[in-house]
Amino acid sequence: MVDVLHLIGGVLVVAGTLLTLLGGVGVMRFPDVYTRIHAASLTDTGGATLVLIGLGLISGLTLETLKLGFVWVFVMLTTPAAANALANAAFSAGHTPRIGTFQITKSADASQAKPETPRTASGDGKSGAP
Amino acid sequence: MLLAAGVAGLVLAMALMIWRAIVGPSQYDRMLAANSFGTKIVLLIAIIGYLFGRPAFLDIAIVYALINFVTTIALMKFFRYRTLAHRLGPEAKDG
Repeated sequence: MVDVLHLIGGVLVVAGTLLTLLGGVGVMRFPDVYTRIHAASLTDTGGATLVLIGLGLISGLTLETLKLGFVWVFVMLTTPAAANALANAAFSAGHTPRIGTFQITKSADASQAKPETPRTASGDGKSGAP
Repeated sequence: MLLAAGVAGLVLAMALMIWRAIVGPSQYDRMLAANSFGTKIVLLIAIIGYLFGRPAFLDIAIVYALINFVTTIALMKFFRYRTLAHRLGPEAKDG
């Protein structure tokens, strides 16, 4: 029984490691800052979950399982928050995401958005335009 | 045996992160690589603790997970304001 649990735990650890390695390949291959953040954060949380579940199966029901739970909680709290703050910092610093073959620029976005808002506001108003 | 394979895979993923931190085009790529490297180090410390029969390494893993987050936030604050003494939150009265 213990050997079976150790085997399942080892397999889970290797699976989480492979997921983390896949995230590393994604960070190496993806073309943009935002796609790299996406790959790294998702695979880090998933890989950490698998690895810590596997180590918990190996350790059994002891104090180390509680510590593994603490590590899992801290990783799940901090990794998405860091990824969100990193993407926010990159976007507020002027990095433009690459979508397809064209790029969204801030000036084009502003010129698109500026005439839209007064038109909808005047359209919704009861009185006509002066 | 499986834990050793896990350590090998994590070391390979950390090598990829170091590659991205070296050749990253922008500073945000480098910050992302540092943050992800820290998360992988947490997992590596936990696995090595079980591999060497010393599960007390998990305390170090907990501390490293917290320090990693603080490091990332401090790096982003420094590269945005070029100083660590900038006051965040509502704007200060003295500017």
